[in-house]
Amino acid sequence: MSAKLEERSIVVPGDLIYEGKVRAGDNTYRDGGNVYATKVGLVNYSKDRVSVIALEGGYTPLVGDLVVGTVTDIELGQWLVNIDGPGDAILTVNEAIDKPFRTSLDMTQILEVGDLIVAKVVDLDRNRTPVLSILGRDLGRVHEGFVIRITPSKIPRLIGKKGSMINMILKETRCNVTIGQNGRVLINGRSREDEEIVESVIHKIEAEAHTSGLTNRIQEYLKSIKEEKK
Amino acid sequence: MSNSMVSRLKRKKIDEVIKTGKRMDGRDLTQYREWQIRTGFLEKSEGSAEVKLGKTHVVVGVKSGIGTPFEDSPDEGVMMVNAEYTPVAHPTWEPGPPPESAIELARVVDRGLRAAEVLSMEEFGLVSGEKVQMVFVDLYVLNFDGNLIDACSAGALAAMNTAQLPEFKVNKGEVTTTDKTKKLKLRAHPIAVTVVKIGDEFIVDATADEEEVMDGRITITLDENNNVNAIQKSGPIGFTVDEIKKCINIASEKAAEIRAKVMASA
Amino acid sequence: MSKTRKRKSNKTWERVDGRKQDELRPIHIESGVIPNADGSAYIEMGRNKIIAGVYGPREMHPKRLSKPNQGVLRVRYHMAPFSVDPRRSPAPSRRDTEISMVMRDALEPAMFLERYPRSAIDVYVEIIQADGGTRCASINAAAVAIADAGIPMKDLVAACAAGKYEGKIIVDLGDYEDKKGESDVPVAYMPKFDQVTLLQMEGIMTRDETEECIKLAVEGCKKVYEIQKEALKKKYGMIQGEAKPEPEAEAEAEPEEAPAEETQEPEERLDVDEPEEDEKQ
Repeated sequence: MSAKLEERSIVVPGDLIYEGKVRAGDNTYRDGGNVYATKVGLVNYSKDRVSVIALEGGYTPLVGDLVVGTVTDIELGQWLVNIDGPGDAILTVNEAIDKPFRTSLDMTQILEVGDLIVAKVVDLDRNRTPVLSILGRDLGRVHEGFVIRITPSKIPRLIGKKGSMINMILKETRCNVTIGQNGRVLINGRSREDEEIVESVIHKIEAEAHTSGLTNRIQEYLKSIKEEKK
Repeated sequence: MSNSMVSRLKRKKIDEVIKTGKRMDGRDLTQYREWQIRTGFLEKSEGSAEVKLGKTHVVVGVKSGIGTPFEDSPDEGVMMVNAEYTPVAHPTWEPGPPPESAIELARVVDRGLRAAEVLSMEEFGLVSGEKVQMVFVDLYVLNFDGNLIDACSAGALAAMNTAQLPEFKVNKGEVTTTDKTKKLKLRAHPIAVTVVKIGDEFIVDATADEEEVMDGRITITLDENNNVNAIQKSGPIGFTVDEIKKCINIASEKAAEIRAKVMASA
Repeated sequence: MSKTRKRKSNKTWERVDGRKQDELRPIHIESGVIPNADGSAYIEMGRNKIIAGVYGPREMHPKRLSKPNQGVLRVRYHMAPFSVDPRRSPAPSRRDTEISMVMRDALEPAMFLERYPRSAIDVYVEIIQADGGTRCASINAAAVAIADAGIPMKDLVAACAAGKYEGKIIVDLGDYEDKKGESDVPVAYMPKFDQVTLLQMEGIMTRDETEECIKLAVEGCKKVYEIQKEALKKKYGMIQGEAKPEPEAEAEAEPEEAPAEETQEPEERLDVDEPEEDEKQ
């Protein structure tokens, strides 16, 4: 029974990471008596399980996720929304407005195809189709700002432990940043300059998500940019 | 092109930013992204060029072949330009025959080359009325982030400029290959510059996002003597004559810059 | 100074490019080369130059072709007109269709399609230059591209061909050997399971020779496999085993309903603490 690799080594699909009985965590699978990696990532041995922290990966919707999506189609009583997941999500009229749905309702008055929304995943139906809602504070159609996209598996890094990373960025740049778990980040700042700084910081975090000492480096980076601009 | 399907938010943001004289990626309105051009990297193709313009990535191949001439020009070779939108290049691109924008791309690049008389087609005749040398230029899009016309036009020129075509021997109506190759001689160096209109502003080298929200565009192809070889206006809007003149001026300035990069890649 | 050695009978047999019988052409693989794609890879295998791009898992269109219980893997093998001599038409040929199909069958065993009902995983392969063994090189690029997209796989799939040329059993046939030789046996293989997932054969060989070819091809696949792994890791500037173990703070807030082995539960997402390992250049 043994860990086969050094903690945090990089693994690829098929790599043997544990021989013997152990809980197979994220991005691993058990075959015979062993546990193998299923994605490119960093192997993680904790007390009761082995897992792989994925360095690449698409978005798998979870109930409770905040997502930024694009309306792609209008059907009777619902919109289809692209949230970069394995399938489109559904937003029903009931989850968009407080009034009861009537067929005379012109849905384009609420949301048009192409509109951007901030929504919460409130359910995964029996087909695992994500069900969204925009009822709630800070949810709904986006009126200002722009979206950049990063690999969804790196979103936790952008948020940081208890929000430490993102809060630091917000403090230094005075921008509104809404982070979608699906890898889409909505940015709205008072000035283009601030927005550009936020954009470059986010891309830097994405590129270096797998390295250590990142929070400090980002802090230095932010400071140096502000010095330059002075 | 701007239509109701396009994100209102995206159009709004790009509009706002462009009015300040800058683009979303920080460029000036008449500034191109970084060009990376390399040539002659496909050993089995008579000519080749790879162009990266920002994230737009295209490969151009020049191939030679034997074919039949057109009836009205029995001693002239035939040049054909074709474009492929590979499904790798964009999440919304599906496998299948070229869509109308790919056909327009190929024809606009072709028009620029042909009108500028880049090749002396008489040099490609072999057996009068029966056999001539063909020059195929294939534009292959590998990643789409806007401005395919300019990228492909530069790529086509770069590939043709470094192409080595096989030499043929004609004996009593029979065409045979020799071991020799000859550098493709170009009589002109046309370059296409596409100017995009968003609201009242004009930009060059639009990204995919900018093309998504644009109102329309004009492509102007010019040769090294600053002659206009081809123009293509595209998009469901109108341009005033003054606007057209403005676009031609912008194109003229930019064509020289791009041409220098293309010729340096040989 | 020339060295001459007396030979008994024939001069030493050599392959057209001087390779040994069990020697593969030089291979170079790079991942993440197409920005728009979810995953991508570029491979050079000899003079083959091939790009693979992956999109998915994503909503499948048209919906009527989707499957209720699993994702659909769609593979498209396509050649650029300038990839061969003479130039070929860009329209898909029957050969393209067949290769697309066997490629799909080669890659599917490595995937967890049951996790993506009604979705599609699209793998697009573009041959920029062809020089023999393109279907094997394509599979090699496709497997790397799928992993680059972060789509879970049981193992990478590596491919390599073997065959017979001038009576000798050789590995990784070049275009010339393929055209002039006595047989060609492309093979794809998952090393972890010791399973062959693509096998085709064309030519005239005894059963023993055929078996020898398959074995030689599998050995070739194992060599390619190592190169594929390095290509995926290269992006992060790290090589396996070099990270130093360090005591570290546990990752935050692990939810109670953790996924069991081989579960189809959606993955947990943790607020990741800073990895403590050294940064590798």
